[in-house]
Amino acid sequence: MSNGSSSNNNNNNTARFDAARRVAIFGGTHGNEMSGVTLVNLWMQNSAEIQRKGLEIKPFITNPKAVEKCVRYVDTDLNRAFTQENLSATGGDELPYEVQRAQEINRMFGPKGSAEAYDVIFDLHNTTSNMGCTLILESSKDAFNLQMMNYIKKAFAPASCLVLLNEHPLLKYSTSRSVAKHPVGMEVGPQPQGVLRSNIFEAMRVILKHALDFISLFNEGMEFPPCTVEVFRVLERMDYPRDANGNIIAMVHPNLQDCDWEPLNPGDPMFQTFDGKTIHYQGSSTVYPTFINEAAYYEKQQAFVTTRRETLAASAIRKA
Amino acid sequence: MQVDEPVRLPRLSRAAVCGGTHGNELSGVYLVREMLKPENRKEDGGPASLLMLLSNPRAVQQCTRYVDTDLNRCFTHATLNGPASEGAPYEIFRARELNNLLGPKGSRAAVDLICDLHNTTANMGLCFIAYSDCDWVCLHIFRHLQKQMPDTPMRFIHFDVSTKESYSLDSIGKHGFAMEIGPQPHGCIKSNIYTAMREGVQHMRDWVSCFNSGESNVSMAQLPRHNQMTDYPCFLSQDRDFCLLRPGEPLFQTFSGETVKYQGAEALYAFFINECAYYKKGIALSLARKRRVSVPSIRVQTDEEERASEQSFASEEEE
Repeated sequence: MSNGSSSNNNNNNTARFDAARRVAIFGGTHGNEMSGVTLVNLWMQNSAEIQRKGLEIKPFITNPKAVEKCVRYVDTDLNRAFTQENLSATGGDELPYEVQRAQEINRMFGPKGSAEAYDVIFDLHNTTSNMGCTLILESSKDAFNLQMMNYIKKAFAPASCLVLLNEHPLLKYSTSRSVAKHPVGMEVGPQPQGVLRSNIFEAMRVILKHALDFISLFNEGMEFPPCTVEVFRVLERMDYPRDANGNIIAMVHPNLQDCDWEPLNPGDPMFQTFDGKTIHYQGSSTVYPTFINEAAYYEKQQAFVTTRRETLAASAIRKA
Repeated sequence: MQVDEPVRLPRLSRAAVCGGTHGNELSGVYLVREMLKPENRKEDGGPASLLMLLSNPRAVQQCTRYVDTDLNRCFTHATLNGPASEGAPYEIFRARELNNLLGPKGSRAAVDLICDLHNTTANMGLCFIAYSDCDWVCLHIFRHLQKQMPDTPMRFIHFDVSTKESYSLDSIGKHGFAMEIGPQPHGCIKSNIYTAMREGVQHMRDWVSCFNSGESNVSMAQLPRHNQMTDYPCFLSQDRDFCLLRPGEPLFQTFSGETVKYQGAEALYAFFINECAYYKKGIALSLARKRRVSVPSIRVQTDEEERASEQSFASEEEE
């Protein structure tokens, strides 16, 4: 994706970015993921907590109809809807609700890929998986985002905040945040859909605070030295075993349930059939599964995704 | 109460196990599907016929709690026997179908036992939920499960609602209870929760076979009794179902970080804490008192006793 606001500067290999002046916080991209819905509603009433000098921060409910019904989506998943095809589709009211919303959001916060797009969008999500606090990165080459994630991880320590990188050409998807120059996904779990858990809510609030602090410091001229960031890179999607009619015939094995980010070795238990038999992981090397047993992914044919651990290097960054 | 002779109760000839009364409570959905597979249908040792069914197939298909209205509130006499109408919500139509199949509620033709399978997002372990604290069949089944599954946290919840006002599917049967297991997010299936439900249902079937074959049962059961509902718009103390909540203890935390304390006069046991589906019903948690109930030993009636009791029932009907 284009990053018109940066230029490689051979001044000690520090990457220069324009100050991030326009920031959005999206809640309710999935209407039943309650931490983001609640936080954004709170901040729309009273934004004192999220205000930073010299920064326009807009909290925004992306899918109000889904929020009102407390469902993931009404017609189609908004967080998959920001494809070029959808964004340029004609048909007005005839289009699925979320495609109309995507076009509206692209007008307000984009256009995607242009110089006018918002600088940063934080998109707040929950998961039924035991992922803890996870930041989702869409590009391994976005030094601004890498530095931000490095900052958040350090500020949040000793509590854990991990980074999931989804740059897979087939598994990558067109998110609502992808409208911005620097899209940042925030995924906190485990939390059932439609439920608000105080510990999950507070964790999301804190990592967002650190993210806004980072942007503030960057805009004031702070230089962030080169750093490395450990990430988990998405490899493949694993579906549930199914019968000839497509019905699920096994569940995530109790040894794997809730073990997001822990190594899954070849031969380890992976699924358990309804009559108690174990199905083992048949891959050739150790992987790190995540999004284990996310309720919303049953219909997307995904029991979990596998990842591998990588260390990414980020150049120093400074405001242009 | 000291009882020397076991209480004689009629054979449980017809039983039903229902899943998917709420379409996104998946343990029951998958368990019923498994049990319906030809290779899994087996004789328990009789005579007992076991009906297995998905109560709300449309909601199951959509993986949603309900389509128009909560099916598990549609089984009052008033709703079941009300005027039929073309535009009635799907679940009311379905409730009447189920009443024809398993009931009619309150009649001699009703099935002997209904076990209705549910999940909750609350951290409740395995719970029996029943309208009566003196339905010896349900209490004996509960006690049997407690003994067979000692590592599973298990409670018996008595909802003090009269038969006239009872509204859930299990109230159609002569005996009935809901088997509620959590925590599990709706739309998700967790293997440990599924396994607990599968084992619970199997133990129940074993007990029914045993009872029908003439064995006697003695037990004592402890059960908390449902008391009142509390209604708050914000946070709550999480995952501490069945812990004692004393007056003055923290109950909720507001978004700005203040603690809201429990203001009741009496220490009570909280349960159904933060059940997702109850947000719409205005219920953050429920409160109960714990009681101990003495359960007499019971035994199935002999053929002679059953005939005698049927005759006296018939002559009462005539009168």
